[in-house]
Amino acid sequence: MNMPDYTIPLVVAIPLLGAFLTPLVSRINDKLRNVFVIIVLALNALLVFLLASDILTTGIKTYVFGAKDLTYPIVRILFEVDAMSIFMAIISSILVLAAVTYSWAFMKENTGLDKYYTLILLLTAGMLGMVFTGDMFNFFVFLEITSIASCALIAFWTDVGESVEAGFKYIVISATGALFVLFAVALLYGQYNALNIAQLSSVIQYTFLDKIALVLLIVALAMKAGIVPMHMWLPDSYGSAPSTISIVLVSATLASLYGVLRVVFTLYGNALSTIANFDISVNVFIGWFIVALAVISIIVGVTMALIQSDFKRLIAYGAVAEIGYMFLGIGAGLTALGTAYGRTALNGGIFHIMNDALDVGLLFLVAGAIYYATRERSLDRLGGLARNMKYTTAFFIIGLLAVAGMPPLNGFASKILIYESTFQLNPILAIVAILCSILLLAVFVKVFHSAFMGPQLPKYKDVKEVPRSMLFVMGVIACIIVFIGLFPEFVINNVVEPAANALVGYSEYVSQVVAGGI
Amino acid sequence: MFTVETGSGFWNPIIWAIAIFVAFLLIYILRSFGKKEYKKDTEQIKSFLSGNPEYEKEKMHVKASNLYWGFTTSLKGLYTILRRMHTGNTSDYVLWFVIILAIFLLIEVL
Amino acid sequence: MIYNIPYIAVAALVLIGLYALVFKRNLIKLVIGVVLIESGVNLFLIILGYREESIAPIYTSSPGGVMSFPVPQALTLTSIVIGVAVIALMLSLVIHIYRHYGTLDVRKVRRLKE
Repeated sequence: MNMPDYTIPLVVAIPLLGAFLTPLVSRINDKLRNVFVIIVLALNALLVFLLASDILTTGIKTYVFGAKDLTYPIVRILFEVDAMSIFMAIISSILVLAAVTYSWAFMKENTGLDKYYTLILLLTAGMLGMVFTGDMFNFFVFLEITSIASCALIAFWTDVGESVEAGFKYIVISATGALFVLFAVALLYGQYNALNIAQLSSVIQYTFLDKIALVLLIVALAMKAGIVPMHMWLPDSYGSAPSTISIVLVSATLASLYGVLRVVFTLYGNALSTIANFDISVNVFIGWFIVALAVISIIVGVTMALIQSDFKRLIAYGAVAEIGYMFLGIGAGLTALGTAYGRTALNGGIFHIMNDALDVGLLFLVAGAIYYATRERSLDRLGGLARNMKYTTAFFIIGLLAVAGMPPLNGFASKILIYESTFQLNPILAIVAILCSILLLAVFVKVFHSAFMGPQLPKYKDVKEVPRSMLFVMGVIACIIVFIGLFPEFVINNVVEPAANALVGYSEYVSQVVAGGI
Repeated sequence: MFTVETGSGFWNPIIWAIAIFVAFLLIYILRSFGKKEYKKDTEQIKSFLSGNPEYEKEKMHVKASNLYWGFTTSLKGLYTILRRMHTGNTSDYVLWFVIILAIFLLIEVL
Repeated sequence: MIYNIPYIAVAALVLIGLYALVFKRNLIKLVIGVVLIESGVNLFLIILGYREESIAPIYTSSPGGVMSFPVPQALTLTSIVIGVAVIALMLSLVIHIYRHYGTLDVRKVRRLKE
């Protein structure tokens, strides 16, 4: 289907306008507001899907804000959407829609929900802007919008000390990270007099200052993506936020991961060698650095998850390990860029972004369901819930198996790509990855045992299954997980492969703007 | 549609699903050879703890922190380091950022 | 040398800000650290656009001559606005933390650890 160009800014503008309308709608009726927010986000998701089908068939789309006929494109902002951007946008819109639908029952007893929904919509606009923008400074602006909205949402339960603490930690970390991103943008701007990613990419020389800018960008965005040892804010904020916010935060974190990908593969695409070259070159330096951090992330994430007793903190450490897997695939793909297995690794890493978002999202929703039913977060005090909450248990099992990479669910499909390709890069990487995957299974079996199995505890005798709307959301996500697990090739060919192509073939992204005369 | 080529192998969920189905079928057939002596509402449903009395439900359930006790104890060295690393102090979070930034700068610039 | 003074100021501001973030204990001082980094980055953007002997880039009332570059100034304005929002949010969270913990010592505000 052929979508007009203005669909691209519309995707960001609809949640933004919706955000400012929400307080007004909220004045009328609470139920109307919930319906309004769900409709806005569903409409947005629909637009994203239509846009995706268009971009995957016809190629990159751009939209220019402001003057169209300038010969020297410096002073305007443009959105440039390729297969990678739309891949991230699909993930974000699914997760946000799930979170908002789930919130209806989950957040019912809270006050201040008009602000809550406003912030969620703002966060959505920020995330979609981050993945759609073709401008470095604009990327920074959307990054800050995302951080401010997520910080306020993490600290939403201000009556709990831990939430406020987590919010403060998050905002300190993300403000610092974002300012270093801005610093790097300024370094690039000072040298090349351009802010546009495509234009910068076409002129970048890889000078000393460019190297510094690259380091600042990668480290700051990797911190926002939650890689060890800069991950400590992540369990704090995921663990203390409401469950619905944790799942939105997952996609906000992945948007930062997208930033890393865009910077390395597109902005510095010129400096990367696309021929397999294992002498000391940019690929190998950055690639091995990312791989090293990724392996540490996997190990630390899994081992720390093993000793957690708070349900959501445990999942958050699991998420750290999962982010490690993504970075492992991407780093291996970068190191061996140009070889066949490097390509497989990149595919695996990108595929894992989608799978991790769904798996970890489902687990957070289950944690939310248990909190809703029992008002208890500590695993030490839970037990025997499978007797009362049959459906939630089933969804938890699906999430558990998927996140631990058990066949035939989706986590396995992407992890096997990562295992087999990293084995060719260095066998130790694959061995660590497989062992930690087994440990991850052990971690979630522990959760399964302590929360769902065991004798029925007297205090949970009257626990009821969660409302249908929450079950519905969990069910839909579980269905998507099973679907991707059963049809991995379908998803890889249609969504993942074009995204990886878009990353590797950066020249197409560049020529759209620079040579295309836009 | 189903097969993912991984470069050195392949992964097909349908073959896996058939294999698992056959395995479950075998288990079911083997199980049906067993004796059917289970009776509801008799002594059989009570738990047997070598003649010791049964504790209350809360004490019988193994708590999450006690699971994998052996694993965490044998990796005590690693866990001491990790626990010391996760101070929960905001300044340390920024310090880690600065450290990684410095390391990466040194690697990249040299 | 004289031309490098603004850049030295930028480096100093960013480094002092990082120092405050890492070594200071009071949460308010942490916030000040973030503000210092932000000022450093903003100053960097501004001096990037400055040309020697240039005037403010206002076309309608220009007496002629070299104008400094307007884009970095626009970027800085945006960055300042964002900074205000971030800092307001941070300070409001500090107030909440003080209510819950009764202290502003960063080493004591750590119920979430491990």
